[in-house]
Amino acid sequence: MMRDALTRLLGAILAFVGAITLVFLALRITPGDPADNILGDEAPEAAKVRFRERLGLHQPLHVQYGQLWTQIADGTLGESYEVGSGRPVSQIIGEALPPTIELALAAMLVACFIAIPFGILAAVSHGGFIDQFTMFIALLGVAVPVFWSGPLLLFLFAVQWQIVPPPGAPLSSPLPLVLPALVLGIALSAKLSRLVRAAVLDVLQEDYVLTARAKGLPERQIMIKHVLRNALIPVLTVTGLQLAALLSGAIVTEKVFARPGVGTLLLEAIVQRDYAVIQGCVIVITVAYIVVNVVVDVGYIVADPRVRRSR
Amino acid sequence: MNVSTWLGLILVSTIFIAGIFATSFAPFPEGHRDIDNPLAPPDSMHLLGTTEDGTDILSALFYGARVAVIVGLATVALSVTIGTLIGLISGWYGGWIDQTLMRLIEIFLSFPGFLLALLIIFALGEATILGVILALNVTGWAGYARLVRGQVLSMKHREFVLAARSMGASNARIMRVHLLPNVFGPVTVQATFGIAGAILAEASLSFLGVGPQEVTSWGALLEEGSILFLTAPWLGILSGGCIFLSVLGINLLGDSLRDKLDPNAL
Repeated sequence: MMRDALTRLLGAILAFVGAITLVFLALRITPGDPADNILGDEAPEAAKVRFRERLGLHQPLHVQYGQLWTQIADGTLGESYEVGSGRPVSQIIGEALPPTIELALAAMLVACFIAIPFGILAAVSHGGFIDQFTMFIALLGVAVPVFWSGPLLLFLFAVQWQIVPPPGAPLSSPLPLVLPALVLGIALSAKLSRLVRAAVLDVLQEDYVLTARAKGLPERQIMIKHVLRNALIPVLTVTGLQLAALLSGAIVTEKVFARPGVGTLLLEAIVQRDYAVIQGCVIVITVAYIVVNVVVDVGYIVADPRVRRSR
Repeated sequence: MNVSTWLGLILVSTIFIAGIFATSFAPFPEGHRDIDNPLAPPDSMHLLGTTEDGTDILSALFYGARVAVIVGLATVALSVTIGTLIGLISGWYGGWIDQTLMRLIEIFLSFPGFLLALLIIFALGEATILGVILALNVTGWAGYARLVRGQVLSMKHREFVLAARSMGASNARIMRVHLLPNVFGPVTVQATFGIAGAILAEASLSFLGVGPQEVTSWGALLEEGSILFLTAPWLGILSGGCIFLSVLGINLLGDSLRDKLDPNAL
């Protein structure tokens, strides 16, 4: 088991180095001079020179790459020159992270509350009306973009009925979280419920479920003790992975609901052309993505003996 | 064919026909603005009203369909081509080639693709349709490569491949004639969902203000619509509705294709 976990960890380190390199290359090998692209052709030459020096873009590529790793190692991720005027990027992102994590966790909770019961219900009534209806609703849910359902719900709940505060309200109470978490959670629950259904259907066909039925165990006991306990393992894995995806999905939601967070910071940095903050945000979200992936994977290895044996 | 397949087909054909023949169907040419009529409600002149700068919404929706069709098809075509090639090579040759390519695939899969696309478009300066397609492809190919590799691994020791090999067929011929047609089913299914994903990604980028700037996009219209929801709700409802219906149609079609071509998939 230890060996499996270590192999996974090594893979994650490789993915981490690869992802950082990818971010670095993405910003450097795009055609044209970044100073021209970002500041615009009409920007004064002095501003362009200052821009290149500030980011070390006048240095050879390998020196720039080394600089990026130094900034990662010292935990600053560089220095913001627009959004945070001289403050370390890590500090600015650190301030923006809590509302994003709060939103991602709340959305995940909403998704689980919807997807798990509906997925199970669909699987149990496989092929029947409830199954088809639930899955059709899930299909609709997958197709609804958050940036469409968000404004529609805002219009109804914040403007027409005034149940929730309007976008941009201070985050002092949990109320402003309700609508964004619902919108993002419902979108995710659509995918998750299809997965829960598939996982439960898989387990329902297992021999041990047939045996339990043959022994005459009550259906309720079979579902809880035999089916759900096993079906929810892969579901939890995917749920964990979706949590990481939610961090990047939150960008759009934060914009719709004018919430502070990493997404809002990233967009602000894009508008202000703050290279360092953009690079930092992408690195932080990517690392979160990889870390959650590894934790879920290692947790899976620990939790499920069959995974250990199959490796 | 069941009801959902028909519904999917009707939605997808409508979007594709609207996109391909956008210039013929749209009442006004692209870029035309009725500056005396900003935010006009639907009337006989502008059947679906106008935007804040006087653009006819019906025309904008047609041109938006064109962008969605181009981005959806081109992104997936490029991803499928790169991914299939790498997957075939990785699965067929095995050994260190497979190990290296698999690590590369894992790195690209461990990256939130939408974010990288955002980063690349930012670095490119002004976004164009081509820039968006390329940016979405940077990580887009990896899923197809992993899928094709898996299919090739499950087939490379089957009798028909061994027979071709024993008859002296070259590696390239085995890959092209024997393996490629057999990965067609699962790849087509994944590509269908990929088109929906690319349309959503482009709309999201445009909604965030970093989508293609030289054309009309549903995402950009929706962004304007969400700001003007109180004064001109039809703009947001219509542009978002187009995104929703096209993604729904493609997913419905994808589901039917999966039942036909890849019934073992989850």
